[in-house]
Amino acid sequence: MSVITREEVAHLARLSRLALADEELDHFAAQLDQIVGAVARVAEVATADIPPSSHALPLENVFRPDEVRPSLTPDQALSGAPAVEDDRFRVPRILGEEA
Amino acid sequence: MSTTTFMPYDEALARFEPVLGLETHVELGTASKMFCGCPTAFGAPPNTQVCPVCLALPGSLPVANATAIESTIRIGLALNCSIAEWCRFARKNYFYPDMPKNYQISQYDEPLCVDGYLDVEVEGTTVRIGIERVHLEEDTGKSTHVGGSTGRIQGADHSIVDYNRAGIPLVEIVTKPIPGTDRLAPEVARAYVTELRELMRTLGVSDVRMEEGSLRCDVNVSLMPRGSAEWGTRTETKNVNSLRSVERSVRSEIERQAAILADGGRIIQETRHFHEDTGFTTSGRSKEEAQDYRYFPEPDLVPIAPDPAWVAGLKAGLPELPSVRRKRLQAEWGVSDLDMAAMHNADAIGLVEATVAAGAPAADARKWWMGELARRANEGGVALAELPITPAQVARVTELVASGALNDKLARQVLEGVLAGEGAPDEVVAARGLQIVNDEGALSAIIDEVIAANADAAEKIRGGKIAAVGALVGGVMKASRGKADAGRARALILEKLGVSE
Repeated sequence: MSVITREEVAHLARLSRLALADEELDHFAAQLDQIVGAVARVAEVATADIPPSSHALPLENVFRPDEVRPSLTPDQALSGAPAVEDDRFRVPRILGEEA
Repeated sequence: MSTTTFMPYDEALARFEPVLGLETHVELGTASKMFCGCPTAFGAPPNTQVCPVCLALPGSLPVANATAIESTIRIGLALNCSIAEWCRFARKNYFYPDMPKNYQISQYDEPLCVDGYLDVEVEGTTVRIGIERVHLEEDTGKSTHVGGSTGRIQGADHSIVDYNRAGIPLVEIVTKPIPGTDRLAPEVARAYVTELRELMRTLGVSDVRMEEGSLRCDVNVSLMPRGSAEWGTRTETKNVNSLRSVERSVRSEIERQAAILADGGRIIQETRHFHEDTGFTTSGRSKEEAQDYRYFPEPDLVPIAPDPAWVAGLKAGLPELPSVRRKRLQAEWGVSDLDMAAMHNADAIGLVEATVAAGAPAADARKWWMGELARRANEGGVALAELPITPAQVARVTELVASGALNDKLARQVLEGVLAGEGAPDEVVAARGLQIVNDEGALSAIIDEVIAANADAAEKIRGGKIAAVGALVGGVMKASRGKADAGRARALILEKLGVSE
């Protein structure tokens, strides 16, 4: 039984700025459904004697030295931007009409 | 826009008690950003200090800057905090284009440092400001709003974003609520930020330039009726970017809230913006509740577990803290609490200290910095430290006065010359011909002229009215254009007139 609808996939695609064809919506709806189902199995093994954890790896204190590395050029940095103005990322109006 | 009414400050304080809270953000002065190797220089051309990590390009992963962690722990130690034995970064989700990730890496319920204090001096009393927490996060990018008439977000057509600042390590220092400051609330707020700034400088962790935004302050104010035990609703004023504004914003907010409460209204919990030009605040966006941010432990960064031995070493290695240093210098210089406070308020302590280190007696160093130089700085509307004169140059002027080569009047002219860019004190003395006339022959000739021109006064002196000598000394000083040694001139005049004291 599918819990992820093609409308939800269309919504996610829009949020992610991905252009998906109609048949892809069905395709990914089925795939996402499987992923959600797989993740749901975690709930089956999560019992009171297993402490919550935020990280999969038993690591602490991973740091880098305070050293400068080369940055991108502005052209590279802005190459993926939908809109550019004055070497800056141009974004839609931040406050809505009600502001 | 409705007009805002204000209750006069004295009346507001007679009816209500303020409770303060301050959140201060300090950009650390690390060479590279918090989670990537991009440089952190202020004022670079837009989007030249960005990389896949701080632009949140897919597949990039953050790695924490070791120096930023160390600096934050040192700040916590200097603020008498406990250092977490284990803590994590948290992801703060919000939809705003100043962070390209749609979230900011911050800390939430597990800050690096908690529960400390900072003592500040206000009008001769020590006020202990409780520190709730010190945590580490990343700064945001800089938005410019285009199309509005005033460059403000309201009415803008669109915005453009520079991510150079996004990802610079940012330490947030949050006080506990500060009740009991009463009418001194504005001064306490200012003194706290001043002290914090000095502490950051002493630790060498940030350049703390408020005008460049490397120290930023959010001021929380609430009022409760006198005698009430229940605190009122607070507002948070952002955009408070100078020490003077910290003070003004508290005062203005007390006056505004008091007028609303006295009129039976209620305070809305909101963010307000401070306007440097008017000294007033205006309403901003409503304050989001903490749960709106959907905080959760940052999965891309592993936990931090500072080694207690390392922390103890950092604590032992802290420099002499500003309040301790001030007490030591006050004792060394032998000045009163009042004079010390005046020097502190004028940001003159470091300058006086450096001038003393350059060889000047403390009293002289203080006299020039707090007198003539403070006056000049005030006239020019600049900070003392911004005057184009070095402590070593001031020390040289005091030396010239002590040796008798200059008197105070000439010394002021030398300082004026140095400030005007005419060179070092000795160069100004030479170029302007400001040496005291020590040549007895030249002085003697001037005195003879003055005696001849003031025969009446000379006669009185001969007759024993020694007080009349003042007029002749004045004449000599005038004739020498201030370059004569007044004491020597007086002695010579009396000698020439055959009078002894």
